Amino acid sequence: MQKERIVGKPVFRKEGIAKVCGAARYIDDFSLPGMIFGATVRSAIPRGRVLNIEFGPGIPWDEFTVVTAKDIPGKNYIALINQDWPCLADGFVNHPQEAILLLAHPDRQLLPLAVAAVRIEYEELPSVHSIEESELQQTIVWGDDNIIKSYVMEKGDVDAAFALPEIVIVKGEYSTGAQEHLYIENNGAIAAYSERDGVTLWGSLQCPFYAHKSLLGVTGLPEDKVRVIQVETGGAFGGKEDYPSMIAAHAVLLAMKSGHPVKIIYDRMEDMAATTKRHPSRARHRTAVTKDGKLLAADIEFCLDGGAYSTLSSTVLSRGTIHSGGPYYWPNIRVRSKAFATNTPPHGAFRGFGAPQSLFATERHMDRVAKAVGLTPEEFRRRNLLRTGETTCTGQVIRQQIDLEGWMESALDHAGYYEKRARFDRENTDSLRKKGIGLAVFLHGAGFTGSGERYLNSLVGVDATAEGRVRVLVSSTEFGQGTNTILCQVAAETLGIDYEVVEMAPADTSVVPNSGPTVASRTTMVVGGLVHSAALGLKQTLIASGLLSEPYTSDAFQNAAKSYIAKHGALCSMSRYQAPPNVYWDDQKYSGEAYAAYSWAAYVAEVTVDLTAYFVTVDDFVALQEVGRVLNPVLARGQIEGGVAQGIGYALYEKVVWDRGLMMNNQMTNYIMPTSQDLPPIRVFFEEIPFEYGAYGAKGIGELPMDGPAPAILNAIAHATGEDFNAIPLLPEDIAERLAARTSIAKEMAAV
Amino acid sequence: MSARRFSLCVNGVERFVDVPPMARLLDVLRHELGLTGTKEGCGEGECGSCSVLMNGELVNSCLVPIAQAGGASILTIEGVGEQARLHPVQKAFLECGGAQCGICTPGMILATVHLLGKHPRPTQEEIHEGLNGNLCRCTGYMRIFEAVEKAACAMESGAME
Repeated sequence: MQKERIVGKPVFRKEGIAKVCGAARYIDDFSLPGMIFGATVRSAIPRGRVLNIEFGPGIPWDEFTVVTAKDIPGKNYIALINQDWPCLADGFVNHPQEAILLLAHPDRQLLPLAVAAVRIEYEELPSVHSIEESELQQTIVWGDDNIIKSYVMEKGDVDAAFALPEIVIVKGEYSTGAQEHLYIENNGAIAAYSERDGVTLWGSLQCPFYAHKSLLGVTGLPEDKVRVIQVETGGAFGGKEDYPSMIAAHAVLLAMKSGHPVKIIYDRMEDMAATTKRHPSRARHRTAVTKDGKLLAADIEFCLDGGAYSTLSSTVLSRGTIHSGGPYYWPNIRVRSKAFATNTPPHGAFRGFGAPQSLFATERHMDRVAKAVGLTPEEFRRRNLLRTGETTCTGQVIRQQIDLEGWMESALDHAGYYEKRARFDRENTDSLRKKGIGLAVFLHGAGFTGSGERYLNSLVGVDATAEGRVRVLVSSTEFGQGTNTILCQVAAETLGIDYEVVEMAPADTSVVPNSGPTVASRTTMVVGGLVHSAALGLKQTLIASGLLSEPYTSDAFQNAAKSYIAKHGALCSMSRYQAPPNVYWDDQKYSGEAYAAYSWAAYVAEVTVDLTAYFVTVDDFVALQEVGRVLNPVLARGQIEGGVAQGIGYALYEKVVWDRGLMMNNQMTNYIMPTSQDLPPIRVFFEEIPFEYGAYGAKGIGELPMDGPAPAILNAIAHATGEDFNAIPLLPEDIAERLAARTSIAKEMAAV
Repeated sequence: MSARRFSLCVNGVERFVDVPPMARLLDVLRHELGLTGTKEGCGEGECGSCSVLMNGELVNSCLVPIAQAGGASILTIEGVGEQARLHPVQKAFLECGGAQCGICTPGMILATVHLLGKHPRPTQEEIHEGLNGNLCRCTGYMRIFEAVEKAACAMESGAME
């Protein structure tokens, strides 16, 4: 395992020097000759008809380029799974902040004034703003029934299990709020158009080929006349998976009509109000368990608020559904799930993609089931955690040698759990600062769900330049997670050359093949695996040519590559996705191998609840996970720590305040994310079991750490206060309200 | 508002700009002087991505009108170090994984330079407090804290040489 030279080592981030010098160029750092600026006029109401648009006084309108839905040369939708998401509203709006009109002008400062001067008259229609309102179906705002997607996943005979004698039944309802990605770089794009070259789009984005596909539809241009280039991207977390296709289309429409390159950069308020967030959720659990704490059956209803258009909701719901069972063995389980439409901006991809929502409910619920049968949280889990050879809730056999019980125990040891739990129980009685410690054990599937990777059919290349340098050709993008570094490490390791000799080809759709979107914790495991096989092909070509023989030095490799190119013109090797054996998925029955691999984790949070201010601080956090082989320990730690920090924010700080679909706190001033003073030490531990079909044994890592913090923290708060809090974000006012109610009930009881 | 001429010393070089007095220092640096290493994250002084040192003090350049910066000495990320000769703080951020997406990094590095100027061997509390005006969404700050400590050590041993 230690034979590798580059993989497993903390080599520096490929673009690291440029980043620490401020030389990395993000979208707003670019300018083109003749470039003008674009802005978006948005809906002020949640739902209704657009009756009239008036261009108010005081603005030199003749200097402006104005684009409406009528100017769209192709089709008026942003292509995702369905075709219901308009590029520009055409006479009807379905959520606040929906784009209606585009403006462009050379003076960036004039644009906000112009946007404010456009007066739109509406006929407002009834709208719905929660899962509860949507499921009533009194107002239909999407399709025939407001249901964007539903699944039923079933294993065993759930109803029979609930009818068994001598069982304990535990019910619970759990909910999670929307979460803003809050990447520090706002969204932005630059578009240029000429009849000869077609459209070129530069953007801050995760998925160049998603934007490419949308632009083909909107412009009606052929494939070779649309080119998308990702530039340095200042954070994404899923938030730059879907919405950048919209901004790309807007910039392109303005560029085509104005004849100038057009730059659109959102400011923070626009970015927060108009773009996607994490889906709010509601989960209802009904669990049958034996008196000695063995899980018999689960009956789960899991619902998402999808927002006004279907965008990615069906796939977010799918992942949430499959993760609902958590890391437990269920002889019988049924999950009925639905994504409902509401008149809110569409909710979208966000790190974890439905799993943080459903795992919050499951892991919170497991603590309550444990209590109902008189077991500690850890003892109850010990009796039910999945073991090798058992099946998940989709019937997938766990083939990997896992040791969830041992890993949980190890996390508890690192946290000093047993000693602390006993001590806090002793000391809490006399204190206004209640301390608690809580646990969450969970899993996260790596790669696209079910047959997704087969449909993606990803293609990856590795080539050499005339100077003998090696390039990795992928559409997989860097936005902080370390794509550039990891994929170059894999290529360098495979080729037996220096890391410094390998570079990334630009993420430009006219240069690189489609290696799929940069999502779903798939880049290292799936794309890395393809880079590995493409690099092997390149090496074999050189050896077969007689120009290179093993063993060789990095210099000898470069010389051989140069000679090969001088002789043959090019040196390139491609590799296409092939599913690992036994990966079978039934889309109809929702059963089979949901993911090629799962990563596993046990997280422990220690908290203090201050009963004077009702403020919660997280005092210590242990994050132990098994993610297969760790390819770069510094980057991997960074992924876990950053994910845990976002999870702490999700649990305790980050509340989106809505008013009929409009985000009211769309500023960093009043939407609060963790600062350097708000976090505990985040102590990261890895267990490494190489995964046979991942690049050098790697599995997915990026999303996993988002899943565990919220339930671990809320379980710790339950331990500290004796109260079950089942909704996040949990703010001091929520705690105050509940504990005040408890006090007043106690007083009333005493009075009686 | 009509433009006026302002002079300021940026990264040790005297510069003149003709801009309205309420132009943001951030825009002057980025648009007039082409120093795009200073980033805009929120435009309201919350995130610290636009941090620069003005006469040695850490400021959010999105909140500073150029009229207040006339005659001032400004240090931006471009003046901290060069790609071929990194400042110890930049080197530590690179080595410890303190930069992920990189958009907060210039501001974070300037906040660190400022912090280490005040506290050459900062305590954990001083580090947490010194960086509390600079938001990072990627790292969870742990790699950044480590980078600050590493830079402090490197600068101390560098100073002793």
